[in-house]
Amino acid sequence: MSHRGTRVLRLDALARVEGEAALHLRVQEDTVTEARLRIYEPPRFFEAFLIGRAHTEPPDITARICGICPVAYQMSACQAIENACGVTVDGPLAELRRLLYCGEWIESHALHIHLLHAPDFLGRADAVELARDQRAAVERGLRIKQTGNAILEQLGGRPIHPVNVRVGGFYRTPAREELRPLAERLRQARDDALETVRWVAAFDFPDATSDHDLLALCDPGRYAIDSGTPTATAPHDRTPTPREFAVPDLEQHVHEEQVPHSTALTAALDGRRYLTGPLARYAINGRWLHPVAAEAARDAGLGDPLAGDVCDNPFRSIVVRAVEVVQAVEEALRIIREYEQPPRPALDVLPRKAVGTGATEAPRGLLYHRYALAEDGTLTAARIIPPTAQNQTAIEADVRRAVQACLNRLGPAADDEELTRLCERAIRNHDPCISCAAHFLDLTVERT
Amino acid sequence: METDRGTADIQTLPTLAVWKFASCDGCQLTLLDCEDELLGLTEQVRIEHFLEMSGAEGPGGGRAELAGRGPYDLSLVEGSITTAEDAERIQHIRRISRRLVTIGACATAGGIQALRNFGDVDEFRAAVYARPDYISTLETSTPVSAHVPVDFELRGCPIDRRQLLEVITAHLAGRKPQIPGHSVCFECKRRGTTCITVAHGTPCLGPVTHAGCGAICPAYGRGCYGCFGPTARPNLRSMIAQLRRDGMSETDILRVFRTFNAASPEYAPVADLAAEEQDTPRAGTENEPERPV
Ligand code: SF4
Ligand code: SF4
Repeated sequence: MSHRGTRVLRLDALARVEGEAALHLRVQEDTVTEARLRIYEPPRFFEAFLIGRAHTEPPDITARICGICPVAYQMSACQAIENACGVTVDGPLAELRRLLYCGEWIESHALHIHLLHAPDFLGRADAVELARDQRAAVERGLRIKQTGNAILEQLGGRPIHPVNVRVGGFYRTPAREELRPLAERLRQARDDALETVRWVAAFDFPDATSDHDLLALCDPGRYAIDSGTPTATAPHDRTPTPREFAVPDLEQHVHEEQVPHSTALTAALDGRRYLTGPLARYAINGRWLHPVAAEAARDAGLGDPLAGDVCDNPFRSIVVRAVEVVQAVEEALRIIREYEQPPRPALDVLPRKAVGTGATEAPRGLLYHRYALAEDGTLTAARIIPPTAQNQTAIEADVRRAVQACLNRLGPAADDEELTRLCERAIRNHDPCISCAAHFLDLTVERT
Repeated sequence: METDRGTADIQTLPTLAVWKFASCDGCQLTLLDCEDELLGLTEQVRIEHFLEMSGAEGPGGGRAELAGRGPYDLSLVEGSITTAEDAERIQHIRRISRRLVTIGACATAGGIQALRNFGDVDEFRAAVYARPDYISTLETSTPVSAHVPVDFELRGCPIDRRQLLEVITAHLAGRKPQIPGHSVCFECKRRGTTCITVAHGTPCLGPVTHAGCGAICPAYGRGCYGCFGPTARPNLRSMIAQLRRDGMSETDILRVFRTFNAASPEYAPVADLAAEEQDTPRAGTENEPERPV
């Protein structure tokens, strides 16, 4: 329905993301004047009810912020509390945590790639429809996902809200032999993951370039997952010198603001729009990919990550995710190969009056926690900055750009249905987890 | 591509809808975590509304709506009711659902967000948001059953994959789901796990917690923290006495019951009982087991 000047498009729900959100798009003639992502996931007040809890509780409680990336919450929470208490978990315990995190990356990325995102590129409504003509691909995705879940189950007790994580380490650590069956599955998963990289690399990608600043942890020598220094680049600057700052200083650089249209806060990095997640991680950590993952990236047309090539087409994020699955599989195999069972499942973490911070790389991007503890360990303050809230303005910018490109091509008569689909796709590129920030998309395009 | 025959077959399948309210998405993700069964399942039910997975509602790929059109043979509801709009949406969903099953602690007991029920929601709002006036929310987080009749409640935070499949299959077969109401202790025995309370004096909520997880925590050397919520008639008095013997303080006891199933009516008396225990440390009521001397 298109009349000159004004028209209103309505999309009641954005599917294949995790959460509830709406998009408001204002178009004047053939110009997008406003793109606003409204997240209306009901608020759940986690930061408020963490106050008064014991310092041992955040890993279990914050896991419930998100069923898709509970390990990310558990890991950032543990790190922040250990940081407050002056304890560093390293050696095999840290390696086991990284292995658990690899499980979550594999599971979450495989879910997003095969069940949520690929249908966009192949013109299918969902994975069920996709499975009707590409059953092998969907089954392969499920197999990879299951391998990720097998790691989570073995180390965490179950895939969603693992029970075996605690401040200081684990309740129980596995013996070497217990991890052997995982290694067998992971070797199969490596073939599957490489096949998936080839599969997604052959999709048709709309031309698009994003110019957001990028923020990811950097852990020189290895692809950052569970630790590192927050590092920002602006890949479109002439002199892209990365900026670094310590985790405890993050809140001096990342400013969150509340906007009237959303229950999620929106963030800026030193006053600029920025993106966190696979594209940022790949730009900042690409040169530390395992050789197998780096080769897969090159073959997939992502350039040479070892030489610092980045990917700035948000639609290709699906390829970067697929490469990260290969990376996580390789990393998991390495950890299992080198693993020796530690003498104790956890270090003692004695509470003290202090503030601690922690940041790790959730599948969707950097996740930061800060807690203030009283002497006996009771929490007196809590602050959590999830990836999707950080990405919200970058997502809006991508939507605006994608719609504008379409209008430039087709003029004001561009089909509403096509614009709507494009918006959804531009959003799904970022695998937004709206339970972390919010869920659902209600799109209204107003044309005046 | 759909064949004509495929379309015809699909038309006759029972329909499934999955709904989300205030929650973390973990329970609906459990359905996607049924990797081995997922594609088979989609040949037996037509998934008509499941936003986490699909944008299409029904054949033809029309766009999904937040409240759905229906009618649906089976609706799985995740999440608790925390906003005025959601209180209306659940009424609509009930009307368009032949059977309505809640999945998980949020939908069944109000979830972790029901911690607000014990505090002042305005304070919470002010603690998290600089402009609390932008945020509209109810004072409480309530289970779905507080709003509409529910045909079956599946416990867990998150639910168990096997139990979910049982609920769906039972519905397809028109029988009652076989979800036993006994405690985690039974599952520990079945699994062959040595009781960690007896062996190591580890505090454990297993005796008053609904079975379903397969007794994971004790197998990992950790006491059950009650994520599956209460058994049918939990003996809280003796549980609290045992937890105290195992070294938990009053605050610890209150906290552990006030997490993922805080608002369940079965756990509600804990606050009074714990206080009572503290006032009369040697109170010898009849159902209380004897204390070791
Ligand atoms: S019951 Fe637990 S797992 Fe399920 S949606 Fe609620 S918080 Fe998530
Ligand atoms: S807390 Fe209890 S019910 Fe939940 S997984 Fe652990 S043992 Fe099972």
